[in-house]
Amino acid sequence: MDSIDLTTFNRLKETNPDINTCIACGSCTATCTAGNFTEMSFRRILLMLQRGKEEEAKKMIQRCMLCGKCTLVCPRGINIRKILLDITR
Amino acid sequence: MNSQIFHPFVLPFVLGMAFVLTYCVVGLFRVILQLPKDDRKKFLLSLVTPKTAWANIRDLFGDCLFHVKIWKRNPVLGYMHSAIAFGWFMIIVIGHIMLFTLKPLEGVEVEGFARTFTNFYYPIFFKYFAEETPVFAFLMDFFLLMIISGILIAVVKKIHSKIVGVRRITKFGFADSMIRFALWTIFPFRLIAEKTNIMAFWWLYSIDLLIFMFMLPFTRYMHIPTEALFILMRHAGLNAREPRKGYALAQLYSCPSCGLCIDACPMSVNDKMSGNTSAYFMKKLRNKDSEEAKRIAETCLMCGKCVMICPVSIESCDIKFSQRAAVPYEIHSDHSYLDVISTEAERSGEISSTKPKTLYFAGCMTQLTPKIMRAMKQIMETAGEEYECLDKDGGICCGRPMLLSGKVAEAQAMIAKNTELIKKSGATKLVLSCPICYKVFKDEYHLEGIEIQHHTQYINELVKNGKLKVNKTDVNYVYHDPCELGRAYGVYDEPREAIENVGNLLKAKSEKELSICCGGSLGSFNLTQKERDEITSNSVADLMFNNPDEIVTACPLCLKTFARKSPVPVKDIAELFVVHQA
Repeated sequence: MDSIDLTTFNRLKETNPDINTCIACGSCTATCTAGNFTEMSFRRILLMLQRGKEEEAKKMIQRCMLCGKCTLVCPRGINIRKILLDITR
Repeated sequence: MNSQIFHPFVLPFVLGMAFVLTYCVVGLFRVILQLPKDDRKKFLLSLVTPKTAWANIRDLFGDCLFHVKIWKRNPVLGYMHSAIAFGWFMIIVIGHIMLFTLKPLEGVEVEGFARTFTNFYYPIFFKYFAEETPVFAFLMDFFLLMIISGILIAVVKKIHSKIVGVRRITKFGFADSMIRFALWTIFPFRLIAEKTNIMAFWWLYSIDLLIFMFMLPFTRYMHIPTEALFILMRHAGLNAREPRKGYALAQLYSCPSCGLCIDACPMSVNDKMSGNTSAYFMKKLRNKDSEEAKRIAETCLMCGKCVMICPVSIESCDIKFSQRAAVPYEIHSDHSYLDVISTEAERSGEISSTKPKTLYFAGCMTQLTPKIMRAMKQIMETAGEEYECLDKDGGICCGRPMLLSGKVAEAQAMIAKNTELIKKSGATKLVLSCPICYKVFKDEYHLEGIEIQHHTQYINELVKNGKLKVNKTDVNYVYHDPCELGRAYGVYDEPREAIENVGNLLKAKSEKELSICCGGSLGSFNLTQKERDEITSNSVADLMFNNPDEIVTACPLCLKTFARKSPVPVKDIAELFVVHQA
């Protein structure tokens, strides 16, 4: 567990503390426009980052169309679009 | 009158003037050289094209000299600005006219170079060196008093801005406050100097001019010379491509930080958020505070109200857009999976036989508000339209949200795929339910031969043609203009015409081009839900001004956003035409 690289996740937590409130409900994944055609899922991206699977997360994020549906349906009001942008920077 | 042609007190003024002229000439060449090659050609050509040349002359006089746009927005501010700027201009012009009527001073021979040189400062300090004829003396005093009356309004505005109809004024730093003080004192000093001829006041007047001109390039007053260049460039049809270069730079320096955009901005619901307005964005970017400029650019809702209200017509949204596009990304999108997507008709092999005339594209936001989609389908069926849904089982995003993030190339991939799908369908009309889509379809898509309509226009047309019959009720509606439909494309009348067929239309406090963003805009990346809610509450209160029974909007995102805060039901315009169907 200690060898997991959490750099991206920790950096993200600093700039976007709202990710701590995610309840992994999957609403973002259910509405995802890109998820309709691919395996894209924000819930999984977050999970991957938490487990240090940065490469996989960064690959998945390339599918995103930034349409913003995930942000609108999030019951916790997490600014998902901003987080998606921040990860790719 | 003093029988001499020179006095050392003119030196501060001459020094300041020489500095400002040099700075402006160097700046002019810098901006023009920074333009991309094709833009530079376009700009230079526009100067000699009769149509743009005429527009240039019209606006140079209308905007730079008579300040028509400020008068239109707020007559008190219009007078304040005109009194100072136009009054000052007239004093300089009359000073020069008087120079021609001037008889040579007795016993003083001024010829050649010396004469030219004296021309430089004579009009500014005329009374010291020569006698004014009565008519000119009256005109000079008149304009000087006009300037001072303008300054008095400016002082009142600074102390209590609400008296002149401004809620929030721009907060200035040291340099801007200091030059403002210099400007305010120039004219009272001149008046006292002219009337009393006390040397100390001539000196003060001249030194004040030096301070003003020396600080000019580093403050908001740089808009005085730059606006002329900006008007020429705007008429040439240039676009801001880089946030601090060429056309954008000319705009940054043309912004007078007047702050009219602060009251207009939907974010100005509280002091903290009003710091995100365009006036501050332009200032931060001009002062090379790139971190703040980047933050504000990404916080902006991109509703376009500041651009609409700006008395200088600065395209701040375009500059924010170029600022977003300038941010480097480590990971780029990969939308290659779009290649395999096909239309429903293609999959079922029913192409070509019965080509639908109308193609309906709901868009992502409408997918989240299925009642709009259902209403639209019902309307199209009742009207007997042949139609096909492009994104029945979840389509591709229109590309506007991606564009708004500044990722132009990535957005183009989606645009290309959607264009392909739409062209394959063989439709002649494309109906959209979402103004966000509408804007990008109008701006970026090349769909020759296909009419693009928002569903407000489409429904209005159906009702007018008698294809859709409705009953008029006495429900009181208020209509909210979505930013990307109203301000961006001027679709104000069709939705209103349509609503009047089914009920009474009340006015909102601010409507049409003054409509306030709902707060849900995809344009902003940084706003938190709490901040957005504050904006929404303010916008709802504005709509509830005449106590309507229902709020009607034409944007699925506005609908979702308003529903969170509205005390009355919020409906999409399409729903009304299902409920009130005859």
